[in-house]
Order: sequence, then structure tokens, then C-alpha cells
Amino acid sequence: MMNYFPDEVIEHIFDYVASHRDRNVLSLVCKSWYRIERWTRQRVFIGNCYSITPERLIRRFPGLKSLTLKGKPHFADFSLVPYDWGGFVYPWIEALAKSRVGLEELRLKRMVVSDESLELLSRSFTHFKSLVLVSCEGFTTDGLAAIAANCRFLRELDLQENEVEDHKGQWLSCFPDSCTSLVSLNFACLKGEVSLGALERLVARSPNLKSLKLNRSVPLDALQRIMMRAPQLADLGIGSFDHDPESEAYIKLKNTILKCRSLTSLSGFLEVPPHCSLAAIYPICPNLTSLNLSYAAGIQGSELIKLVRHCVKLQRLWIMDCIGDEGLGVVAMTCKYLQELRVFPSAPYGNPAAVTEKGLVAISMGCPKLHSLLYFCHQMTNAALITVAKNCPNFIRFRLCILDALKPDADTMQPLDEGFGAIVQSCRQLRRLSLSGRLTDQVFLYIGMYAEQLEMLSIAFAGESDKGMLYVLNGCKKLRKLEIRDCPFGNMALLTDVGKYETMRSLWMSSCEVTVGACKSLAKKMPMLNVEIFNENEQEDCSLEDGQRVEKMYLYRTLAGKRKDAPEYVWTL
Amino acid sequence: MEVGLKKKENMGFEETELRLGLPGNAVSAATEEVVRKRGFSETDTDDETAAVDLMLNLSSKEPTTGADPTDKHNNLRKEKTLLPADPAKPPAKAQVVGWPPVRSFRKNMLAVQKSVGEESEKNRSPNPSFVKVSMDGAPYLRKVDLKMYKSYRELSDSLGNMFSSFTIGNCESQGMKDFMNESKLMDLLNSSDYVPTYEDKDGDWMLVGDVPWEMFVESCKRLRIMKGKEAIGLGLAPRAMAKSKNRS
Repeated sequence: MMNYFPDEVIEHIFDYVASHRDRNVLSLVCKSWYRIERWTRQRVFIGNCYSITPERLIRRFPGLKSLTLKGKPHFADFSLVPYDWGGFVYPWIEALAKSRVGLEELRLKRMVVSDESLELLSRSFTHFKSLVLVSCEGFTTDGLAAIAANCRFLRELDLQENEVEDHKGQWLSCFPDSCTSLVSLNFACLKGEVSLGALERLVARSPNLKSLKLNRSVPLDALQRIMMRAPQLADLGIGSFDHDPESEAYIKLKNTILKCRSLTSLSGFLEVPPHCSLAAIYPICPNLTSLNLSYAAGIQGSELIKLVRHCVKLQRLWIMDCIGDEGLGVVAMTCKYLQELRVFPSAPYGNPAAVTEKGLVAISMGCPKLHSLLYFCHQMTNAALITVAKNCPNFIRFRLCILDALKPDADTMQPLDEGFGAIVQSCRQLRRLSLSGRLTDQVFLYIGMYAEQLEMLSIAFAGESDKGMLYVLNGCKKLRKLEIRDCPFGNMALLTDVGKYETMRSLWMSSCEVTVGACKSLAKKMPMLNVEIFNENEQEDCSLEDGQRVEKMYLYRTLAGKRKDAPEYVWTL
Repeated sequence: MEVGLKKKENMGFEETELRLGLPGNAVSAATEEVVRKRGFSETDTDDETAAVDLMLNLSSKEPTTGADPTDKHNNLRKEKTLLPADPAKPPAKAQVVGWPPVRSFRKNMLAVQKSVGEESEKNRSPNPSFVKVSMDGAPYLRKVDLKMYKSYRELSDSLGNMFSSFTIGNCESQGMKDFMNESKLMDLLNSSDYVPTYEDKDGDWMLVGDVPWEMFVESCKRLRIMKGKEAIGLGLAPRAMAKSKNRS
């Protein structure tokens, strides 16, 4: 029937199909749909930048306007991936620039971004509107200056948790007076100072500015002036909250805050005075749907609790564990609409007096809409997890990190298999799961049996034998990313079902029991996979013998073949 | 405590905070040594020492005992708490890279915030020397604690930032940054750029920069950032001209 419609009609229908997955499905229906879909596709998501070459992507989607790229494997966040492993964005920008694609939006995660790439980006795409960099590195404030100076229609510059070298040039001052289009500016991760005058003038001439996140160098008085100029702000990240409570600046700020009725999202507090009071913020708390105090080290638990009591509409809360179990109880009582909760450790190994299973149980009882959790705690019990599973069957993401990674049930000393088993059995929509604590192969049996929608699984210090890994590979049909560290999984588990890896984005295994020979064998059987081994030994004469245990292995499916930018210690088999 | 912090400065502060006492298992000897030292000073606070020990049953007795005698001396008390007092705990093994799984960026931020917090706590307590700072044309005054700075340069940078919103913005505010440069002083005084002056204990208005920093901190009662032309009017120019004649 659809074949009788002219292309324009089908294109129009496809306009309503936005999600990447749905679009991918459309393109597989027939050649005609493939053709139409590829010409109309504007947004593309590439989960692994080495899975395809930029040239091939551009050939297929010439109308590309928005590109999302991810580079390094997830465990790079925890320093498990050596420094110059890869993930360079420059070849992508170069290829896009050459092809004259009308790029408007670029979102990068865990990639290496050089100043040269930013400069090339800023000069190559006249209608470039949005740059989002998450957990990237390799650039300095000089690169940001190029973006500011050259992207005439810039709407969004969002820098999240990047390692940026500060060159003390005044990058913020490089936004020309003619730039009035900013909607979102986030430079909270920058370490250096910015010109406050330039910042204030920029805010003053950006009437559409909805989201502004300042870094720690922006003092309170500047914050007050900025808020005066931008009462329309919906999302604010406070830089320095350091103040003398009796100062004129602080009194002014308290009054200014009262005027900011549009604020629904608050974050930052990157610098706070000792014994900081957050009373100035209470008036806007009832409007907040999102609160991120996970970088506000120095705010006492008691102060956090007082604040949270006012946040009745909260949907997303990122906080530090100094709020304590008691504080989470207050969250449970107050934040009935809570959907996402992240509790971070306030000290490198956690605060011993911080959160335990009790806090999590309280949350599960008070917040039935909870669907995303990241929880760093000191201990957990099976009973608690079973209760949580019963109270919150809607989990999509469940990431539990017990700081002592091998700790069993704190009450019974049993492994936590039953607890996590209850989670996967109850939460049928679970897409992402991170395990910790003492776990045997049994938990993997449960996961393989029940976690039908699971796409990403992170395992550390768990399991007893290859059976564990096999339960997962056999059972989780929708598995896309599997990352394993320090588990007794070996060659049998790796090689039993090699075809599985072509249905997945990637597999990471470090400090497990797989050997070089097995990896070689896998690589030989599966030419569509890149099987990378990291050989970090300094010794020159270290050749890879088959029987040798592999310290780190990262494999991923790819259409691009072996990559040419791998450093010396990466052996692609 | 003092020594520990100074150590961080010497080693390139930011880099030391990267590891937070989680040395890699395949590091070269040099970095391993540095990391050990770091690991020790990371476990500065009492809360953390106990927690380090608990972690994973894999936490080490800090192998730093041999690494640095000064550290050991200052942290002897803490060192003792690191040794597993609880016989139920299995013997210690090496510390683990990448655990707990907290993004390096977050770890670094926390570490920086902690040490800035510690330093500012230290800076606040001994006799702060707050003076008022006025700038001609600015709607209100500021206060700075002169003891927070170690040099004219630092003071200049800080004042420049404080008052930059009141100047016509360029990429660099040349006036403030050049005031220490004698040869440019005449340009400054003749132009409409700003000149920092201060009132000393005797009630006289002086040009900032003549005396050694410590003497300045002792004698300064308030600061005034004047427009260059006014500074000439106050008779500062002859003094400046005489000085530059003597120097050349």
C-alpha cells in the first residue's frame, strides 16, 4: 500500500519518527524506505566512534545535522583505559567539513577533542548551533575561544565534567557583541577564572538564555548581578556560594532569588563557606524538579536535610552520602514525584556514617515513581533489595555500588544473589544494571533468566566460574554492552557463543581469566569484530604468547576494520 | 598536616589529587613512588583512614612507611590506625585501580574542594587583615583580606577580577596588570587607566608597589583605585617621575 504514496508523503510520515531505533527499523523495511529514510535522516547516534568511518556515515546520510559520538569504553571513567587509547574527534570533524554537511549539533562523550578540532569545527559550519562535550579531554580554553568567536548562531555550549586546560586567555570575552542567541551555557567544569564583566554582558544580551552553569571562580556578587539580568533562567548552576552572611552582597542575593520564579533546576555550589546555610535558596525549592548537589562538598548533612524538606516537586536528585539514611528518609517523605536518585560518596572510600540499605528502603517506600538509581553505600542486604524490588517495579536503571566490593549481606553474611535476583525478576523493564558485593554464579542465572530487556551490565569482583558469564550471554537477548572486571571468567565463557558479540556494541574484560590464544581465536572467527588487547608492560621483548593471561581486552563490532590510530600498547588481533 | 599539604604543592597539586590513593598495578617505579606518597597524604582525615582499611579487604597497610620519613613523622598516629586492628579482616593486598567506580573528574573536584576548604580554614583564623577597596566610579566598595595574598601580582589579579565588571571590557585589562611595570607608569598616569593607591598608617596616600609586600600589608589601611588623572592631581606623579629618573 505504501508503495503507491509518492516519496514526499512517506518523507512527511517519517518526520514524525524521531527515535534512532525506530528510524533504523524503518530503513530495513525495503529498499525504497531505506532510500527515503537516509535522505531525510537528520540526527544520527554513533555509540562507538570506531564502529564506522565518518566517510561512510556521510555517504549514507548526506542530510546530517546532528551527530552524537561516543569514544572510549565506559571503564575509562575509572582510569582503567590508558591515556592515549584513542577516541579522537578530529577525523570526524575533518570529514564533515570536507563533505559540506550542514552540521548544526555535535554531542561527544569520552572523546579526545583537540583545540584544532574545535577551531576547525567553529570555522566549517555556518549554522552550527550546539556543542555538548561530556567527559572529554584534550582541549584548552583556546579552543573554547574559537567556538565563542566564530559560531555566529551558537545556542548551546554545554561542558560537562571535561578535563580542560586553562590558558588564562579570556575565552568568554570572545563572544562577539552580535552573539545574542545563547540558550544554554555550562562552564562549571572549568578551573580558571573568566572575565566577570564579559559574562554579565553576555547574559544581558542573551534574552533566550534558559540554562546557565557557572564555575567556581564566579563569586556571589557576580551571581547576584547575573540573576538580576536573567530572571527567565530555568536552570542555574551556582559557582561560588562563598559569602559573609552579613554582607550586602548576600542580602542582595537573597532578594534576587525571590524574583527567580522560573527556576526549576539547580546545581553547583562548587565552593561554600564552612557551616554554610542554604536558607537563601528555600524560597525557590518548591519549584525545583531537579537538584544536583553532588559537587557541593562542605554542605553538612543537616543542612541538606533542611533544604530537601522544601523540595516537594523534585523529580531528579543528585546528592552526596553525607545526607545519611535519615536524610534519605526525609527525601522519601517529601519528594513523592522522585524519578531519579544518585547518591555519591563524599570521601574517596565513603563516609562510614553515611548511607546503608536503610536509606534505600526508605526511598523505595516513599518514592514509587523511582526508575533510575545510582547508589554508593557501605552495606546492603538481600532483605532490603527484595523490599526495594517489591516497592519499585519500574526500575530502568539500577546501579548499586557497595564500597567494599566483596561485602556480603551485612546481616546474614550471604552473597547478595537473592537480592539482585529479586530486582531483575520484579523490574521487567530494566535496561541497565550494575552489581557489587559478594556474588556467586547464581545471580547471573537470575539475570539470564529474567532480565529480558537488559542492555547494559557492569560486573566487578563477582562470580565463581565461566557459567556465570554464560548465563548472561545466553539469556540476555537484548544485551548491548557488557563490562567485566576482576571476575573468574575465562576462555570457555568467551568462546562459547562468538556470534553473540556481533549483536552487541562492545565487551570489556579486565583482570579476568581469558588468554591471548582465546582472543586470537575469537578475532580469527569474527572478522567483523575488533579485538583489542592492551599490553601495558614496559618490556620491549614481550611477545604475546597464547597461554598468557590478558590484562585488558576490549572488543567491539565494526564496519571500519582495524583502526589506524591505536597506540603501541594496543594490539588489534 | 602542613608538610603534607606543602608536599602536594611541590608535586604539582592537581596531578597528585588524581589518584586519591588508588595506585595502578602496572605503574612504573617512579610514579609508583609518587603515588605512594600521595596515597598517604590522601588519608589525612580521621574518617577516611578507617574507611580505607575497610575497603574490599584489599586495602593495603599503606606501604608508605619507608617512602617519606617526614610524612611518617607527622602522621604516625594515623599510620597506626591504618594497620588492620581487627584480626577478622583478611591480610591486606594491593589497592585497586578504579574502585569505587567514581569518575576521575568527580574525584579530582572533591579533592580540590577539600584542600581549598582546608586552606581557607587556615587562612581565615590567624589575624585576617581586611581593608576596604574603593574604585572611582564603582557603585560600592569591596573588602579584601591582604593576608590572603603573597605578592602584589596576586592582589592585582584579584582586584582586577573584582572590578572588571566596571571597566569597559577588553580581552585584557591592561591598566591593572601593568601597574607594577615602572616604565608604563607614566602612560598610566597620563591615560585614563586606573592607578592603585593606599592609605598608610600615617594617613598618607601612597602609590602601591614601592615597598616590599610584607611592609605594605602591615601599613596599608585602605585601598583606592584611582583614575590616572586624579593620581597626578594628588602629587603622586612627581614621585613616580623622580623614581623613573633614578632608575634609568
